[in-house]
Amino acid sequence: MNKVATSPAPKKVQGGSRAKKFLADNGALVGLVVLGLALFIATPDFLTGPNLLNIGIQASVIAVLAFGLTFVIVAAGIDLSVGSVAALSAMGSAWLFSQGSMPGWVAVVGGLLIGTLSGAVSGYAVAFGRLPSFIATLAMLSIARGLTLVISDGRPIATAPEVSFLGGNLGVIPMPIVVLVVAGLVAAFILNFTVMGRYMYAVGGNKEAARLSGVPVRKVLITVFALSGLFAGLAGLLLSGRLDSAQPQAAAGYELDAIAAVVIGGASLAGGVGRITGTLVGALVLVVIRNGLNLLNVSSFWQQVVIGVVIAVAVGIDSLRRKNTPH
Amino acid sequence: MNTQPILTLDNVTKSFGPVTVIKGVTVHVHPGKVQVLLGENGAGKSTLIKMMAGIHQPDGGRILVDGNVVQITDTNASEALGIATIHQELNLVGSMTVAENISMGRFPRHFGLVDKRTMRQTATAALAMIGLDIDVDQRVGDLGIARQQLVEIAKALSLNARMLVLDEPTAALTKREIAALFAVVEDLRKRDVGMVFISHHLDEIASIGDSVSVLRDGEFIAEVPADTHEDELVRLMVGRSIEAQFPRRREWDGPADTLLEVTGLSTKGVINDVTFSVRAGEIVGLAGLVGAGRTEVIRAVVGADPYVDGSVKVRGKDLPKSNIGAAIRAGVGHVPEDRKGQGLVLGATVNENVGYATLATTAKSGLVDRTGQRRRAQDIADQLRIRMHTLDQPVGSLSGGNQQKTVFARWIVANSSVLLLDEPTRGVDVGAKVEIYELMNAITAAGGAVVMVSSELPEVLGMSDRILVMSGGHISGELAADDATQDAIMTLAVRDVQRDNEDKLMEDGHE
Repeated sequence: MNKVATSPAPKKVQGGSRAKKFLADNGALVGLVVLGLALFIATPDFLTGPNLLNIGIQASVIAVLAFGLTFVIVAAGIDLSVGSVAALSAMGSAWLFSQGSMPGWVAVVGGLLIGTLSGAVSGYAVAFGRLPSFIATLAMLSIARGLTLVISDGRPIATAPEVSFLGGNLGVIPMPIVVLVVAGLVAAFILNFTVMGRYMYAVGGNKEAARLSGVPVRKVLITVFALSGLFAGLAGLLLSGRLDSAQPQAAAGYELDAIAAVVIGGASLAGGVGRITGTLVGALVLVVIRNGLNLLNVSSFWQQVVIGVVIAVAVGIDSLRRKNTPH
Repeated sequence: MNTQPILTLDNVTKSFGPVTVIKGVTVHVHPGKVQVLLGENGAGKSTLIKMMAGIHQPDGGRILVDGNVVQITDTNASEALGIATIHQELNLVGSMTVAENISMGRFPRHFGLVDKRTMRQTATAALAMIGLDIDVDQRVGDLGIARQQLVEIAKALSLNARMLVLDEPTAALTKREIAALFAVVEDLRKRDVGMVFISHHLDEIASIGDSVSVLRDGEFIAEVPADTHEDELVRLMVGRSIEAQFPRRREWDGPADTLLEVTGLSTKGVINDVTFSVRAGEIVGLAGLVGAGRTEVIRAVVGADPYVDGSVKVRGKDLPKSNIGAAIRAGVGHVPEDRKGQGLVLGATVNENVGYATLATTAKSGLVDRTGQRRRAQDIADQLRIRMHTLDQPVGSLSGGNQQKTVFARWIVANSSVLLLDEPTRGVDVGAKVEIYELMNAITAAGGAVVMVSSELPEVLGMSDRILVMSGGHISGELAADDATQDAIMTLAVRDVQRDNEDKLMEDGHE
């Protein structure tokens, strides 16, 4: 039954059904609020200023990684290399400063460039080498981690003060939260307002239709992976800035958290769907659960079990909802 | 009819949210009879079928099987009642064998292992029922679409189906394959299988159907015998008579400049030395059998595929090879063969889909011109009468005709003056077909040039000013609209150009 749209025209929408639609479209947000309320009731330590700032800091690295990954997933790709690329960028930046005696700002820009370049290489492999993005970025995951170890010889390297600043405070506000907000705004702007951003949705929704409409598909693919690399580089700098040193094993396994955040946020791995606000909520859900379980003294072993269940349930609910909406 | 119907949908209704899509429709399916459901896209045919298949349940009315009221709660229930539905998208696993597909979900076991011998026997028996002689160990994916369809029918019969619902089974078939399918239908009729048949090809109805239920906007309009005249069927379907099915008008009185010039175009292994040109205000039909290379010519011209030799000129300027962007900038628009797979991003909104070709050209320093884009999309949607609730609804939720109009809208917004249409009315209902023809008239009236690939000869004859016929990758002949006939086209379509050329060379050499 094609002619019938399930959602009525906006002008006819009543207040109640509009609220219902909002809730249906923002399941993860509802989950986050419920989670917050439950933790507020369960422990007095949850809703305190320091704890909320702590959540913000913890969310920053995952969220920034996940913002970058959102571009890739919207364009129907996947980037498994973000954790490794973050580590390589951080290590490269620290190396430029400590071993290369470069000024701090060069270390910052250099770190971001390393991330962008790594992403672009994956992008080239996907766009021109016709490698599935899963494989291309799996390779990059290994290559970037390897290079990180090569550069550092397996030892931590001190970061530039400019990088450490990213991990510090701006007045009472922690810098990671500032970076998180700015990165989120930039990512949302790119996706919603730029031609390249709209092309990402088109390529993810139907690559062939996009190509035949004149969308430069290869350029779009390289761009999404380069952006993912850039955001991974930024996340790497954030992480090393907090520790004042780049660690060779930093951010290992973070790609899975980032993918989880994007998917909990409502993006589809099939492409064409995804929003930065959703991704932010997804990242917060993950961090709030960890934070809450810590406050409730649940062992970190069990935390992993809970996170796994949450991912499965969140995505399960989402796809059930989609299935129940005939088009 | 005196026989007890196998299935009756009795005064059924169905709503999705606030929209009622079926309003009190009654349909009977009798053993050994073919009941045709006729209606435009969106008239409610699919919903009725889905009720029979157990995918949707009616909100009102009753479903009777053998005179008893039943609830068809899901597809399993439908199957258990002996109702099998052959959807357009076939339910087969291409990488598995014919035998495995026929026994899918109920593999015969022998000590916990798959009993391949019994499975092959089941498959052979099922295929014999419809006289299909193929190797049961062949992978289904290696069969053509027509045979896959027959395998699916055989599978249904091996499940003891006594009623088949065929949803546009002929849409993707060639003439010969359709004849084979109809022979099977004829055979099933003798076995007292009841059938429901949906098709957009009116000419098929008389040859295959017994009775026609006409639907319009979810309402039951009439039940008429299948030999009712086509014009009358169209009138019942669209609620008004259509003056001419092919309203070709030539209204361009400007200079007949050559807009598109294709010279010696050859691709690797498919098309060979194709040369033609199209002038302003002209529609050139590209006819030929499936596989003759028509789609390949179009794809090479618009830059979708590379070519090894030849040139493409638009308004006298060479187009670079396989560069879609350059072709679009030169004013070339392409309505591809497969609307859902190649024409549209189904999950994206109507607004977005209209804008893809013009996003970059209307952008200001990389930023999308959102207001302008919306205004242009709304204007063109109004102008082309794209029936939708809002610009923000996914284009996949529109009917086939309105989806196709959305593809056209993209090129009209982009000011394309050379349009290459590949089966522009496939899967589109009669009313929307005429709207698309009018659109082609409007494009040529404004001085545009159109190339139309179509497998429907009446359409080619009715809408083209000139007809090029392709055969085996060559242009085998050209016919003026006035002296073209279906026979003339078919004669050229089966001509072996390669051999003719060689013969001619031989003769020239001897003389």
